[in-house]
Amino acid sequence: MIALGQFLEVLIGGLMSGVLYSLVALGFVLIFKASGVFNYAQGAMVLLAGLALVRALDLLVANGLPLWVAVVLAIGFAAVIMAATAWLIERFVIGPLVNQDGLTLFMSTIGVTFVIEGAAEMIFGSDVYPLRLFPTDAWFLFEGLFPGGILVNKLDVWGALIAGVLVAGLAVFFQRTKTGRALRAVADDHLAAHSVGIPISWIWFVVWLVAGLVALVAATVWGTKLGVQFSITFLALKALPVLIIGGLTSIPGAIVGGLIVGAGEKLAEVYLGPSIGGGIEYWFAYVLALAVLMLRPQGLFGERIIERV
Amino acid sequence: MRAPNANEILLQVEGVALAFGGVRALRDVSFNVRKGEIRAIIGPNGAGKTSMLNVVNGFYHPNHGAITFKGRTRAKMQPFEAARGGIARTFQNVALFKGMSALDNIMTGRTLKVRRGLLWQALRYGPALAEEIEHRRKVEEIIDFLEIETIRKVPVGRLPYGLQKRVELGRALAMEPDLLLLDEPMAGMNVEEKEDMSRFIVDVNNHYGTTITLIEHDMAVVMDLSDRVAVLDHGVKIADGTPDEVKRSQAVIDAYLGVAH
Amino acid sequence: MLYREAGQFKATYAEDMAIFPIRQDRIALAVLLGIAFIGVPLLASFRIWPFRTDYLLWAILLPFLILALAAVGTNILVGYCGQISLGSGAFMAIGAYSAYKLATGVHIPLAWLGFAIAIPPLPVLASILLGGLMAACAGILFGIPSLRIKGLYLAVATLAAQFFFDWAFLRLPWFTNYAPSGSVNAPELDFFGMIVRTPVERYLLCLLFVTVMAVLAKNLVRGNLGRQWMAIRDMDIAAELIGIRPLYAKLTAFAVSSFIIGVAGALWAFVYLGSWEPLAFSIDRSLELLFMVIIGGLGSIMGSFIGAAFILIMPIMLNVIPTELGLPLSTQTITHLQFIIFGSLICYLLIKEPHGFARLISIGKEKLRLWPFPY
Repeated sequence: MIALGQFLEVLIGGLMSGVLYSLVALGFVLIFKASGVFNYAQGAMVLLAGLALVRALDLLVANGLPLWVAVVLAIGFAAVIMAATAWLIERFVIGPLVNQDGLTLFMSTIGVTFVIEGAAEMIFGSDVYPLRLFPTDAWFLFEGLFPGGILVNKLDVWGALIAGVLVAGLAVFFQRTKTGRALRAVADDHLAAHSVGIPISWIWFVVWLVAGLVALVAATVWGTKLGVQFSITFLALKALPVLIIGGLTSIPGAIVGGLIVGAGEKLAEVYLGPSIGGGIEYWFAYVLALAVLMLRPQGLFGERIIERV
Repeated sequence: MRAPNANEILLQVEGVALAFGGVRALRDVSFNVRKGEIRAIIGPNGAGKTSMLNVVNGFYHPNHGAITFKGRTRAKMQPFEAARGGIARTFQNVALFKGMSALDNIMTGRTLKVRRGLLWQALRYGPALAEEIEHRRKVEEIIDFLEIETIRKVPVGRLPYGLQKRVELGRALAMEPDLLLLDEPMAGMNVEEKEDMSRFIVDVNNHYGTTITLIEHDMAVVMDLSDRVAVLDHGVKIADGTPDEVKRSQAVIDAYLGVAH
Repeated sequence: MLYREAGQFKATYAEDMAIFPIRQDRIALAVLLGIAFIGVPLLASFRIWPFRTDYLLWAILLPFLILALAAVGTNILVGYCGQISLGSGAFMAIGAYSAYKLATGVHIPLAWLGFAIAIPPLPVLASILLGGLMAACAGILFGIPSLRIKGLYLAVATLAAQFFFDWAFLRLPWFTNYAPSGSVNAPELDFFGMIVRTPVERYLLCLLFVTVMAVLAKNLVRGNLGRQWMAIRDMDIAAELIGIRPLYAKLTAFAVSSFIIGVAGALWAFVYLGSWEPLAFSIDRSLELLFMVIIGGLGSIMGSFIGAAFILIMPIMLNVIPTELGLPLSTQTITHLQFIIFGSLICYLLIKEPHGFARLISIGKEKLRLWPFPY
């Protein structure tokens, strides 16, 4: 029973942290679907959103505003920052690079990453800023069944709830709104979309904005877990293997991929780690993605691509 | 020089069928190409002409049928096998290497003839250099032949369309192919460019004795150039024969002009 | 007026195929090599300006040479063959640690077979070259996915290499000969009895490596193999149909690129750092190399050198210029500014001039040939 209890605890913890990867991966999928850009900067956007949020919040609270007002205002401020970022990226990088190949676009987002990281830290500071939006204590479930119960972090549960709401919201946005339909049209063929009068640069701005807001949501959860700090960008890099596993164009794929990576790396760490020196979490996700690439290059939920000449 | 040998068949395609999901691009198509001839495949848009070429050089794998090239029969070709066997190809939408000069593009066509390996090429000395110069000499012959001397060092991305088509032909010729597949070599050209290209095609056939299979929409050109013409419509071969025979075929007239039902 | 090629006729293909077909370029190169091989060592030996201290040699020229070599390797893969790599740092590490193991003796106990593989310590030169070879093998291994997957997907495969090897060299004590701190020391740099110790000797050693390998790399990229790589980069389907085997072209690109990067890694560890930790070869190093290649020029050997110089000199300039102007910046601000400048420069170059500074230089030369006429 102890073994099973431990297994369940590790599994649940892994799945929950997987949800956090999914939150970042969602932003990638949105941008990739709409513009074919593999956005390396998603992690940097999480950092920027988190820094804007936490610094505004601290400032407002220090000036004596009630907490809930401060939270609302700070989230508004961070959203404005993300909107400005989206506009700048569309205007100065993605817009001019339209019709370039995927590799060039990808490298340009590495450039964007550096600009965002440098600017964000220059403006908002480069320390670790604690953020407390969600409870961080834990529940102990099934104490009667397993000695000591199964530890579940409340924050992780919050993260899962938020991810659920976010996915539902995005689904509604894509399927039910006019902008959402235009977005899907642009994703299919941006030239054709342009010719029926869909304003492409506006659509791309919206996509980057939505990705920015997804980053903001991710930042609230990540920031509460780790404090807002530079290393968030590295954790966000793990969204890349998540995407590969799930499939680059699939929102459910991003979620499932996140869960697989989260649970897989925790289980591997606990059960395999001690025998080979520990720290497997560091590379497990990438090597898993590599294996998936070899067996099923389009990912679990991706679409197969047919080439023609 | 131009004396198609009726007895010697270079390529035989037998009962080829190809489907993409529910779309049947080719249905039970058979035809042959004789050594030394210029063979045309014509047909309305979407008839399956390009798919046929893709099957011949192994880019698409047919669901049924067999391909006999130089006496060897296979169910499908592989692109590299086809190239090594001596099948060269140009594309409907020019497929040049955009970042390289015209000269380098044509030099890539020599790849299969290069004998010296990585280490020799790194040293680029003695026999390796001699080999490189030998290939360069061959390529310069082709450049002369196609009259593109002045643009040899220009990146192909900067060339006008007509010249790009010529460079692409040069790259295919550099392979010294036995069978040359031309996918709409004159698409999008003006009259003078078409005349030039027709001349090059006839010259290649005469001068190098290369067997040519081409797809073309310009009927005047096709009827003038080719020895035999196969007509495809909706993935089915509806006529095959000399230009005159094809011109008179009722099925062909119906396919092109439509038929009253 | 000096830069004219009128009257320089090429009578043979060999002349037309030379690296620098224009006489003025050859003279410039000869002068540059003269300065590098004779001028710098002389000035440095007699401590004449700007070599009063070892700063210029140690902090700028030595890292410049080695990183430029690594950038040449990265450029072969990314710039010539079009296969994105975020794992160059890992291949540097493989070169460095393999060379270290070979130079200190390899002992692999195979307990279940009842014997052990033991290789006695090898000479330094052999270790460095074999280190490169090990990196080449690893490169081929991680290049295999490139046969099935393209572009962005490959980026993740190379990231896997980066993170896996970061971890391996940090956590598997065998690689560091069980050093408790995880940090290892380079062996004495003994080349056939000559011991390389002083900064000038180290500089000359690296210069020799870099020159030889850059020439070999240049030969490859302008030969048939280089054309195969570029063909794969520009249009892989067409390449296959004219008889280029993607398997061979891609894996040779991975092998050659990783070999060069591996040798650079071994030099970085042995000659420049002396003692090092896995952190020296992190993902930051990979991105730095990628930036050098983009800034200097994708698909240009010379561009790799320009990019390396730029990336190394930029932070120093950010430090020196504001101080001279009386506005010293804090170290943090410099780091952030550096991020912003590199990032914007990358975006700018990708939009305006994907072939980087190298292309700007060749445009400049075109203009110079025609000067004073615009066309």
